[in-house]
Amino acid sequence: MSDLPPIPPDDDEDDFGVVKKFMYVNRRAPYGTVYALESLEMVLVAAAFDQDVSVVFMDDGVLQIKKGQETADINMKNFSPTFRALEGYDVEKLYVSKKSLEERGLTEEDLLVPVEVLDQAALAALMDEQEVILTA
Amino acid sequence: MTVLHTVNKSPFERNSLETCIDHATDGSAVLLIEDAVLGAVAAGDIAARIKAANGIKIYVLGPDLAARGMTIDLVIDGIDVVDYGGFVDLAATHDTVHAWM
Repeated sequence: MSDLPPIPPDDDEDDFGVVKKFMYVNRRAPYGTVYALESLEMVLVAAAFDQDVSVVFMDDGVLQIKKGQETADINMKNFSPTFRALEGYDVEKLYVSKKSLEERGLTEEDLLVPVEVLDQAALAALMDEQEVILTA
Repeated sequence: MTVLHTVNKSPFERNSLETCIDHATDGSAVLLIEDAVLGAVAAGDIAARIKAANGIKIYVLGPDLAARGMTIDLVIDGIDVVDYGGFVDLAATHDTVHAWM
């Protein structure tokens, strides 16, 4: 018995104990492949486990949060409104590559969620702080 | 022989569009579909490459543009927007279809 670790004072079943810094890096356009949707699912799972989640949109990934997506004519679900719901899961650290926006002629006003636009050096520094990084 | 080339990869991610244009002959057509529609609203090097493709007619599939939040007014001058019926017409009016997957 004495070899067992002590029971934590807070044994609430919703408390999973370890919180790590997770970063999800989205680099693909939505709809053409399933990467964007699958990455969003992973973000929601991490959020459900109360992890410290950051989400980065870079390269074609910036298109995932472009306003005005109309998917009725391609018979696919428009999942972009889900990004607006992330705030409700306490996922509020959304970062966008300034370079990727500029390359595509986009500005912060074209995006459907509040984000922090960062240059490459700032994104690199942020990546260095993470414990887990998943890029898709 | 007239060929309809279809490209479905983003030009920011793959070189399919560039290679396609390099191998398309005068009188052929290139239709941008799926993630390749990003080429139709691009700027910079990619736009320059498309504009320099003399003798090749470039089209983009409207429903795929709309899905990615893009509107017709953003499309590069000289590129025609077509719907699914237009895609069928292009396939029917060319001798072959070459899909650059």
